Amino acid sequence: MGLDPVVLFFIFGLLAGLVKSELKLPPALYETLSIILLLAIGLHGGVELAEQASPTLLGQSLLVLGLGVLLPVLAFGLLRGLRFDRINAAAVAAHYGSVSAGTFAVVVAYLAARQVEFESYMPLFVAILEIPAILVGILLAKGVSRDTQWKELGREIFLGKSIMLLLGGLIIGAVAGKEAIKPLEPLYTSMFKPVLAFFLLEMGLIASGQLGALKKHGVRLAVFALCMPLLGALIGALLARAMGLSLGGTAMLATLAASASYIAVPAAMRLAVPEANPSLSLTASLGITFPFNILVGIPLYLRLAEYLMAWGL
Amino acid sequence: MSIHQRTLLTVICEAALEKKLVADLEQLGAPGWTISDARGRGNRGVRSAGWDTEGNIRVEIICARDVAERIAAHLQAKYYANYAMVCYLAQVEVLRPERF
Repeated sequence: MGLDPVVLFFIFGLLAGLVKSELKLPPALYETLSIILLLAIGLHGGVELAEQASPTLLGQSLLVLGLGVLLPVLAFGLLRGLRFDRINAAAVAAHYGSVSAGTFAVVVAYLAARQVEFESYMPLFVAILEIPAILVGILLAKGVSRDTQWKELGREIFLGKSIMLLLGGLIIGAVAGKEAIKPLEPLYTSMFKPVLAFFLLEMGLIASGQLGALKKHGVRLAVFALCMPLLGALIGALLARAMGLSLGGTAMLATLAASASYIAVPAAMRLAVPEANPSLSLTASLGITFPFNILVGIPLYLRLAEYLMAWGL
Repeated sequence: MSIHQRTLLTVICEAALEKKLVADLEQLGAPGWTISDARGRGNRGVRSAGWDTEGNIRVEIICARDVAERIAAHLQAKYYANYAMVCYLAQVEVLRPERF
């Protein structure tokens, strides 16, 4: 099976950006597309969740929360090993502990195209994974200091755009149920891929802009941005196996653990740890890790999940 | 028609600061302000506004000289070290002094 057309849109955007084309999507369109994607993912999850909610979900959620704490600590260690200073290492680590909803949308489409089933409540894990990394990142950067404005930061984290949209969609989907949601179903069936394609076109353009900054930051950052997703995917996949998730669920949790945030965390870190260089984190997460996950990572993580299951893990 | 002297304080900075800045302005007694999106280039490189964290705003405040100086000093102390920020003062003439 060749490359998925939505991935081709991403490559198209990347190339158009690299040759410095005039092509530019209006910022409002990007906003709109990302809102539709997040709501669609939430709604779909909510509808299915209402049908198959179970008490084991609570335990799994706690484990995923633990993953969200572990990942940034690992990333921090790796970055310190690559001789980044403490503040910058902490800020970049926070990005890698958190998740990218855009990458999640791509893995949803990828698995659906291959008819690989996955647990419907995965969007809940996306929302859960967004939270702890920011807090861990701040603690790694500053320790517990009195001048951190936790109240303001809490608003930023818990009331952030992507969490609100995901949870809002989940709840609406769960409350409405499968029958009532029928008229909205195209959001996550026939409409999902076209929206994702335009979204990825814009992401390609943005990522190509970040690639330019790569020269400034050098090889160490590139090494980290390629190694961390692999390490994260392995840990995510092993955790998923321990939790007894399906093949699709395992590939998905691996992808989530491999992905790095580029929306919620940059905004929060800019305010909480202003000393950190924001272009370092964005170059790594948007310029390297996002394209890597879209082009190479996701098929690789599905393969990893298949191997792990074949080995009886 | 009578014309009165006031000071225009213009602040150009990262969009991420907007909420904090507005809170500061309120506290320091700015009588009002106008905020617009901006893009450009400075010693922190091109700030293209192509991406959320690269967004910039321009805040304009017309007020009495002493208020403008107080705000400028506060901004310098609090934000200059870690954020992309420029601010400057200019004399302007207004028609309704009681508003500023």
